[in-house]
Amino acid sequence: MPAQRVRAMVLRYVYLLRSSWTRLLELIYWPAVQLFVWGFLQLYIAQNSGFFARASGVFIAAVLMWDMLFRGQLGFSISFLEEMWSRNLGNLMISPLRPLEFVCALMIMSLIRLAIGMLPVTLLAIAFFGFNLYSLGLALAAFFANLIFTGWAVGIVVAGVLLRNGMGAESLAWTLMFVLLPLVCVYYPVGVLPDWLQPIAWSLPPTYVFEGMRALLMEHAFRADLMLEALALNALYFGAAVAAFLALLESARRAGSLLQTGE
Amino acid sequence: MPDHPAIAVDQLVKVYKTTRAVDGISFALEAGSITALLGGNGAGKTTTIAMILGLVTPTSGTARVLGAEMPRQRYQVLHQVNFESPYMDMPHRLSVRQNLNVFGRLYAVENLEDRILRLSAELDLSELLDRPVGKLSAGQKTRVALAKALINSPQVLLLDEPTASLDPDTADWVRGRLERFRKERGATVLLASHNMAEVERLCERVIIMKRGHIEDDDTPQRLLIRYGRETLEEVFLDVARGRGHAREAAQ
Repeated sequence: MPAQRVRAMVLRYVYLLRSSWTRLLELIYWPAVQLFVWGFLQLYIAQNSGFFARASGVFIAAVLMWDMLFRGQLGFSISFLEEMWSRNLGNLMISPLRPLEFVCALMIMSLIRLAIGMLPVTLLAIAFFGFNLYSLGLALAAFFANLIFTGWAVGIVVAGVLLRNGMGAESLAWTLMFVLLPLVCVYYPVGVLPDWLQPIAWSLPPTYVFEGMRALLMEHAFRADLMLEALALNALYFGAAVAAFLALLESARRAGSLLQTGE
Repeated sequence: MPDHPAIAVDQLVKVYKTTRAVDGISFALEAGSITALLGGNGAGKTTTIAMILGLVTPTSGTARVLGAEMPRQRYQVLHQVNFESPYMDMPHRLSVRQNLNVFGRLYAVENLEDRILRLSAELDLSELLDRPVGKLSAGQKTRVALAKALINSPQVLLLDEPTASLDPDTADWVRGRLERFRKERGATVLLASHNMAEVERLCERVIIMKRGHIEDDDTPQRLLIRYGRETLEEVFLDVARGRGHAREAAQ
């Protein structure tokens, strides 16, 4: 039964994507723009700097992996927002669909949206810049798992805040991840940050992933220790995010905000 | 027959910050009955229905549906309950068939394809099944919302203004379908409405709310006699304007 309800929700979002070519295009558009801007910048710098010539692909890998993190969260949050935009949340909340089944369906949709957006862009990276993300092999799977879990944790908290506070909190879905951008050291090593900021950076799982990515591309070393630490932090944050979501949902029931899902 | 009422509300209170939206109301609805919840804007009807559905947690008191306390035990009964309201929409880009398919799966409806075809025939939706809901007229959307509310053949059906914004012909048509469903299924229906003609036609019991309280609770016929009025609209106005008790005493 739970699987049937999760499938029903996934089907609902697949119907929506199939009905809207603009939604599909949007999934590919921004990752592709990001790829070209950073890819050409890397080409230019590499021609003028020995260091960047050696660190071939680091910028492009960073861009692609940042997009996995950001689009993973956005895919989750937008699917949730679709229910609020269409004023359908009440129908779902009075149905037998349980909160964790809803979360599960949103995670699956996040993967589907990410696949639609990122697969073509990774192929563009090969065609235009000769950078093959898939050559990272099993390391890519470890990077991806850690990034997507962080993206989901943020998406789950944003969904809880939206339930509790309504559409007034919508901007969180688009902006919250950017608070992490300078802290998780996507384009530079953690050592660049001031000393006092480094513990904060190391408390965020994506920092380990981006450090691991640089170690792999520049030193050809896979840092399994970093991935395990990231995974432990992710387990902690994911559990906390689910607990926060359930608490915010109960708070929304007490405040009556499930009745009013507008501003 | 079950040994508990289909819906039982006991000393139900909901306080939003400093506002007592619902203030200690109690009533019980027998299985198979159809009851109207009347009241002006802000009377507490929607909050009461929301607590019965488990969408809002009561401040105190209890709301039970088919014996399950809401919202704590809601998943024991939600598959036997449904709700229709003009204040909730269905995804506009999905076709009628897709929407019913999704909700049918959520409610674990057996033989879903057949159920959708039968329901769409009953509600005159067969021609619209592959049209996006967003492209339908208000009357057609109401019929789709009704189809969604009936997809699981609910034992308990709650309706909030089911004919709001419909032309008289479509509204009458919807009432006819609701009457038929109630008779065939033996479902319990609780209906919040401002349309007194609708209430007179459909309901065997009327609960009138005002400022979070139950002001009166009786059959439509007895209310008319007690208030000495010709229509429920006049009774409603008496209650809304505070003339109810004086008039009843004079009678």
